[in-house]
Amino acid sequence: MKDLPKPKDFYSRLRHKPGSTDWMDTPVDIRKGMYCYAANPKSLNTLSAPFARDWNPVEEDWKLPENWQQILHEGFKERLERFRSFKVFMDICVRCGACADKCHFFIGTGDPRNMPVLRAELLRSVYRNDFTTFGKLLGRFGGARPMTLNVLKEWWYYMFQCSECRRCSVFCPYGIDTAEITIMGRELLNLLGLNIDWIATPVSNCYMTGNHLGIQPHAYKDMLDFFVDDIEEVTGVRVEPSFNRKGADILFITPSGDVFADPGTYTCMGYMMLFHYLREKYGFDITWSTYASEGGNFGFFTSHETMKRLNAKMYAEAKRLGVKWILGGECGHMWRVINQYMDTMNGPADFLEEPVSPITGTKFENAKSTKMVHIAEFTADLIRNGKLELDKSRNNHLKVTYHDSCNPARGMGLLEEPRYVIRNVCNHFYEMPENTIREQTFCCGSGAGLNAGENMELRMAGGLPRANAVKHVHETHGVNMLACICAIDRAVFPPLMEYWVPEVGVTGLHEMVANALVMPGEKKRETDLRGEPLEGMEGDTDE
Amino acid sequence: MNVKYMYSFLAVIVLFLIAYVGTEAVGLQWLFGVLIPYAALLVFLVGFIRKVMGWARSAVPFRIPTTCGQQRTLPWIRPNSIDNPSTAGGVVVRMFLEIVAFRSLFRNTRMTTKPDGRIAYQWEIFLWLGALAFHYAFAVVVLRHLRFFLEPVPAPIKLLETVDAFFQFGLPVVYLSGVVLLIAVAYLALRRVFIPMVRYISLANDFFPLFLIFGIAFTGILMRYFSKVDILSIKALTMGLVSFSFPDTAVLKGIDGLFYGHLFFVSVLLAYFPFSKLMHLGGIFLSPTRNLPNDTRMHRHVNPWNYPVHVHTYQEYEDDFREKMVEAGLPVDKPLAPAEAEKE
Repeated sequence: MKDLPKPKDFYSRLRHKPGSTDWMDTPVDIRKGMYCYAANPKSLNTLSAPFARDWNPVEEDWKLPENWQQILHEGFKERLERFRSFKVFMDICVRCGACADKCHFFIGTGDPRNMPVLRAELLRSVYRNDFTTFGKLLGRFGGARPMTLNVLKEWWYYMFQCSECRRCSVFCPYGIDTAEITIMGRELLNLLGLNIDWIATPVSNCYMTGNHLGIQPHAYKDMLDFFVDDIEEVTGVRVEPSFNRKGADILFITPSGDVFADPGTYTCMGYMMLFHYLREKYGFDITWSTYASEGGNFGFFTSHETMKRLNAKMYAEAKRLGVKWILGGECGHMWRVINQYMDTMNGPADFLEEPVSPITGTKFENAKSTKMVHIAEFTADLIRNGKLELDKSRNNHLKVTYHDSCNPARGMGLLEEPRYVIRNVCNHFYEMPENTIREQTFCCGSGAGLNAGENMELRMAGGLPRANAVKHVHETHGVNMLACICAIDRAVFPPLMEYWVPEVGVTGLHEMVANALVMPGEKKRETDLRGEPLEGMEGDTDE
Repeated sequence: MNVKYMYSFLAVIVLFLIAYVGTEAVGLQWLFGVLIPYAALLVFLVGFIRKVMGWARSAVPFRIPTTCGQQRTLPWIRPNSIDNPSTAGGVVVRMFLEIVAFRSLFRNTRMTTKPDGRIAYQWEIFLWLGALAFHYAFAVVVLRHLRFFLEPVPAPIKLLETVDAFFQFGLPVVYLSGVVLLIAVAYLALRRVFIPMVRYISLANDFFPLFLIFGIAFTGILMRYFSKVDILSIKALTMGLVSFSFPDTAVLKGIDGLFYGHLFFVSVLLAYFPFSKLMHLGGIFLSPTRNLPNDTRMHRHVNPWNYPVHVHTYQEYEDDFREKMVEAGLPVDKPLAPAEAEKE
């Protein structure tokens, strides 16, 4: 953060004008602050990924295997056959430019190769050269170019400047999805061992210990035990989470980030309090797992195969424990994986039951095959049926706005459930401008494995459009809290806000739920979960 | 001057000259009037079908619709059944609106960074309007041209002509579609030349079809309103093309070279079509982010090439951590071996 220019200077240096040379003639400049470190070979070896080695992106020699062009060509060909999306998207773009200024990385960097259309052209140019008649015939004039070391470096640099958020795809008249392009680009790079460490190491951890952070089972339990103490301090109620318990009704899986780092930890406490409340009042029976202790899936940012290998734990653990169905916590890309991939990859989950809320009796018809329910759906249903005693005024110190995470918005459509919950647990809720929320939401700027420390300039650039919209509601409505349902958001928004809108904090949905939740046998709450004193404590709402 | 549009422009001029000189000076009316159009049509049909079959051969392993609205979920939350369809019916409506109304492009916005530090997004309708005008005008022009291939001219075509000539000015009466087509193509080409970012992303492949279509519209308008070509001879030729009974060479020789230029442009467009971005006409129907319902939590989608992968099983995991798990009071499937248990 300290290497960054002042926000004002950062902003005023922004230019959205292309350079004077054609992009194909402009060599790629792999710049400090914009790229993530290369994958640690040890991490690649965990999953037997090919060509694990020490290499450095800024060095000339990337220590590539001799036949790397052939590997890429064959990998490309195979993916064209396996994914109609890839083949169609390679062929039909008309370069109308509608996607160009929709990308948060383009808005925040002004780098023309961050226009989604050009990001795709990086691959498309090679596709034309290798697989189309006109490309072979016309060469450069037909928009084709051969695969060279420079092109490879360009691919690597820009495939890791895309967060697979799909905002461009909303505006594309043919639905061309840059996330799909980036997913393929990264798969191809992984064929040559060219992953970034911020993805490879979490993947390796998740594979071996069950979660991205590499928290071992006993430590996972310890961390939740700390939260038990913290919750007792605030509420006077001692909650009792259970782990790896066979015969529980429901298995709960959430991103490990929330177990580990503030402010996600408060959301984690929120889940624990909600489950305790439901157990005391309605006999709700749920277990956590230390084996399937990761909701997120950095495999998704590596390759389809890696995604499948990590995701397999969810169903495997549900089967081993003999639960009825799975409840999933607040996470972004986790939910794209669950909604659009899990059942196809690792199903059918015929050993589970169609999910029914044991408290309200609501059948979650929309999850009847995958058998996994989003906690925002679950809680919204509880509130709707009057099953939660809530004191909204305990969130009166918060003026809240809500950030739709990319994947739940554009890979699922979970838009109203969290809003319904927010409106029922706090009194002051303000939406950001229309073009920056719901299906048009802006990425946090650090998604898809880009939330490392060494690429802070990229993150501040990519997060600019989101921060700018928060700033707007901060200035017009005095918003001081940015709510979200994504663990990466909770990890990356604090520095983003600190940089662009310093007066705004970050919270998960269930932290606010827990603050408002009137627990059976609780003491008079004097602070919120963060230990900050509550205003209007006498129970008078001041609105 | 940018080589991409300069060369594309020159290519179109050269194409015209080839046909004009080839017929007016060399007398190759049979080549440009009959053989090339047949060949072009053949290339178009075979190329188009092969391309679409090629796409269709590729698998659709996952359902990846881009969801642009509320999902179908709890019964009291209203789903957006068009922009986030959960049924085949919803998908049909979504695709229909995408194809006939360019619904996604309609959302287009323009981003501006204000000096006061605000980033603003405004609704930007001109690209949508230009694209829509272009495609509809082109469609009307193509349909109107069916009169050259059908005898008697069917009533719907005549009706279309009447509507197209609604404003009733000029002699021969001006067809709106031709004028709109010319203006829309000019707009689409000029935005590629003058908007810096659009110029930056444009390839020769983007300029060439625009100039070619401009050439088609332009030569068509010249023939109808200015040079007043021999329409009866032309119809004799075009009817010959569909009935395989061609008029005498003398009739073909009597047709203005301008017409052969026009026909050659159309032939080039047809032959070029399947190998170019113009295939978005077919591709839109196969776009997996638009033509699939968002229903994968309700109904399992099957990946035809799904293959087993190696996973780190719970048993392996427990083997790695059993001692620590027991110590922390976590349940285990397999108890500690006696030796290890004693150490406790």
